[in-house]
Amino acid sequence: MSRRDYLLRKLGFSLMTVVIVLVINFVLFRILPGDPVRAVIGRNVRISPEVQQALRVQFGLDKPVFPDQFLDTVGQWARGNLGISWSLRRPVKDILLAKLVNTVILIGLGQIFAIVLGVVLGLLAGWKRKSAVDVSALTFSLIAWAVPTFWLGIILLAAGSSWLGLPTGGIVSPANVSKPLYAVLPDLGRHLILPTLTLTILYLGEYMLIMRSSILEVLGEDYILTAKAKGMSQWQVLMRHGLKNAMLPIVTLIALNLGFTVSGAIYIETVFSYDGLGKLFQDALTKQDYPLLQGAFLLLAVSVILANMSADVLYTYLDPRVKAN
Amino acid sequence: MGEGSTRFKRSLLEFWRTFRANKLGLLGAFLVMTTVIAAILAPALTPYQPTDIMRDAAGHPLTFASPAVHGPLGTDDAGRDVWTELIYGARISLTVGFLAGFIAMVVGSLFGITAGYYGGGIDNALMRTTDVLLVIPDLPLILVLVATLRQMQLHVSPLVVLIFVIGLLYWTSTARLIRSQVLTIKERQFVARARAIGAGDNYIIRKHILPQIMPLIVANTVLIISTAILVESGLAFLGLGDPTQPSWGTILNFAFDRNAITNGAWWFYLPPGLAIVWVSLGCVLLGNVLEEMLNPRLTGHHLEGGEKMVAVQKQDREHERASA
Amino acid sequence: MSEPLLSIRRLTAEFTLQQRGAPDRVARALEDVSFDMLPGQTVGLVGESGCGKTTTLLAAMRLLPANGRITSGEVRYKGKDLLTLSEREMREYRWKEMSIVFQGAMNALNPVMKVGDQIAEAITLHHLMDRQQVEARVIELLELVGIPRSRRDQYPHQYSGGMRQRAMIAMALACKPSLLFADEPTTALDVMIQAQVLELLRHIQQTLGLAIVLVTHDLGVVAEVCDSVVVMYGGKVAECGTADQIYNHAQHPYTQRLLASFPDLERPGMQLASIPGTPPRLTELPSGCRFSPRCDVKLDLCMEVDPPAVKLEEGHVAACHLRRGKEARSA
Repeated sequence: MSRRDYLLRKLGFSLMTVVIVLVINFVLFRILPGDPVRAVIGRNVRISPEVQQALRVQFGLDKPVFPDQFLDTVGQWARGNLGISWSLRRPVKDILLAKLVNTVILIGLGQIFAIVLGVVLGLLAGWKRKSAVDVSALTFSLIAWAVPTFWLGIILLAAGSSWLGLPTGGIVSPANVSKPLYAVLPDLGRHLILPTLTLTILYLGEYMLIMRSSILEVLGEDYILTAKAKGMSQWQVLMRHGLKNAMLPIVTLIALNLGFTVSGAIYIETVFSYDGLGKLFQDALTKQDYPLLQGAFLLLAVSVILANMSADVLYTYLDPRVKAN
Repeated sequence: MGEGSTRFKRSLLEFWRTFRANKLGLLGAFLVMTTVIAAILAPALTPYQPTDIMRDAAGHPLTFASPAVHGPLGTDDAGRDVWTELIYGARISLTVGFLAGFIAMVVGSLFGITAGYYGGGIDNALMRTTDVLLVIPDLPLILVLVATLRQMQLHVSPLVVLIFVIGLLYWTSTARLIRSQVLTIKERQFVARARAIGAGDNYIIRKHILPQIMPLIVANTVLIISTAILVESGLAFLGLGDPTQPSWGTILNFAFDRNAITNGAWWFYLPPGLAIVWVSLGCVLLGNVLEEMLNPRLTGHHLEGGEKMVAVQKQDREHERASA
Repeated sequence: MSEPLLSIRRLTAEFTLQQRGAPDRVARALEDVSFDMLPGQTVGLVGESGCGKTTTLLAAMRLLPANGRITSGEVRYKGKDLLTLSEREMREYRWKEMSIVFQGAMNALNPVMKVGDQIAEAITLHHLMDRQQVEARVIELLELVGIPRSRRDQYPHQYSGGMRQRAMIAMALACKPSLLFADEPTTALDVMIQAQVLELLRHIQQTLGLAIVLVTHDLGVVAEVCDSVVVMYGGKVAECGTADQIYNHAQHPYTQRLLASFPDLERPGMQLASIPGTPPRLTELPSGCRFSPRCDVKLDLCMEVDPPAVKLEEGHVAACHLRRGKEARSA
């Protein structure tokens, strides 16, 4: 199929998934206790039954749940109205946006380091099969897979804070909490070291494995033999013909990983008390702050879906074969 | 007796022979077996109960005692023996892991067989479902689901909730694997023959297809179990486990919340994690080896070799020159 | 008598096959393979699948995979034994002196690189000319094989099978080699395209004076293009000689059966004879002559002693006990 058809198909799929997420979000939170009216005006405000009924009508709660209420709610979401947090007494949207940047920085850094190191090590491991690099890379990846995210965080936190004097938590020192991030970069940096390191170690293994098997597969292809026959050295063949082809699955992997990265962020931010979306999600869960939980879920899920789609789109531009049948 | 099941018995023998030769597989089996045995024999391995409080000579609770003071693994923040908690915790972690893995296997196999065998629209629909599940980030979804279920006041143990939620979300890899296997088997002769003599779909699936894919299902389930154990430990760490029946993840939740780190009580937060790695690693090694034996791969690529190719040649030459 | 361009002497190679849970097996892929070729000559290397034809080519260019090893023999190119060279020295010979065209060419070209770029790469790799000249040369090569210049920037999957094969030939000629190895260049193509490719090979043979080693299992192709023929069986040379000698006075029983199994247009009613049995597994070779299990004129000696190659007449050699009586007395 042509690229256009492929992209349309992917777009359709992503839209469908978003709709499913919306439905899940809507249905689940209706099951949860707590009057939807409360969800909007807050838990501790006292109102009389008459006012409550009036509010119900006003918010359209007397209309049938599907499709009317559902579409109303979705409309609200689309306009950015995600309700008011019960625990923080502020609009959910504002809270989410404030924390979004922090998580993006953490995840971004962790992924970048993991990708770069993973690709380089995976390349070496696949090229020099059964060498010391290969064996240790494989062993490392295997063990890294079996290590729970949060536990690695705990260990690094314990080791880092007691042996290296690194901060035990938070995104910045208490003194800098109210300052904008760009003004306190060194402090932010110090606080980022351990959580980023944890994320990198965990994701490194997977990139390394995929790059290694990708390179192995590519190096077994006929065009590699052609390249060697042309008189290229091992290194030249690897760089000019092996690398580009082997990198393609990495792009797909990055997309697939986005969902897991978010999960990892929830654990890491909890362990390191890092003030991002992950910690927010966990806190909302513990405090049963449903509007916040719902809003955070929506944001996380939709972001991952969109990021996935972007990666697919990018892939079609990288692999010329996608154009053809 | 279906041709499928005779093939199965033959391959089972061959399989055992190859398995024994593979050291990693044996290591994996060892890791898993030791944990299972320890969990079963828990009362025999420790004189205490997980809730017993260790006390010092004066009768005060022995909190955060290091292994040097109270072996083998010291005590936690309330004075309970960590080793005991660990062993009994194995029961919970393993049970939840196995059961969740079992559910994932059943659901995944059902989906995979149905999609692979019937093909067409059903296949498409089922595969779209797996795609959707894969895209939505797993932890946020699980957390939200578990929160909802718990609020529904179903009067079931939080562990049951975990088992079902994990099982119902992690079947996708199994489904895909089974589906592609079924697709291959479907094309084989004995299926066509069975159809020709009028065998129904159910019969074909039961007698011919199922025995063939059983080994693969088993291998894949072992891998799923390792994922289930990891996921459960994470969820328990976040507080979604049952505090009265602590798994390793719950123990780590206690350790973290009750300041084991700041108190330097490494014997509290290190062992449970190591236990998780021990079992997960075991399942992964075992599962990988099992899967590998059923899906052999090629070796070697074009950039290996080179000079070594004519090594013998050169040596001969040198000999000739030397003796000339 | 001019100096041979390529002289392969007693080339022996083996592959080590690893198996899980069982000891390694060794496949004796080539044994004492010898033949010569003169500059500008076309040699056909024929035999059934697995007889060692491709392995011979790869060994000559030292492109055997990791589990392959040349254990003895010589590959003399313009007098120099290539097997004594270091890898770095060997790279100087690759593509500039000898190049290779692979079978199928489906995956032999990098799918994510433009065809023109891959040809250009062959030229720039060996620093033969500066940038502007390279581009002109790429177009020249494409047109030589009949590919329009408008296709220069396309990708391999946009070419048809025959076109890909021709592109590979164009690329192989980029550095003006003296020797071209062609591994089953027509096998995966349909008859019409086969004819085109063969015509192309004949054309470059004539206009460029290129020596070609053509590997194929198709005797018809060999008859059209080759000056001499080397027949291989089970990793050894069964018989070799000029095209006339092989087609009209074949001496080895295998060659004779091979010829008999090919349909002859001039005798359409003739019954096709196939050779019963299958080629030997290179890990479990029979003792004695490798063809003996399938030979219908074998002697007891054939099953015990591997027949040496004997010269029957000038340029004609066969490895068969039965023909030893006809050995040419060396002058």
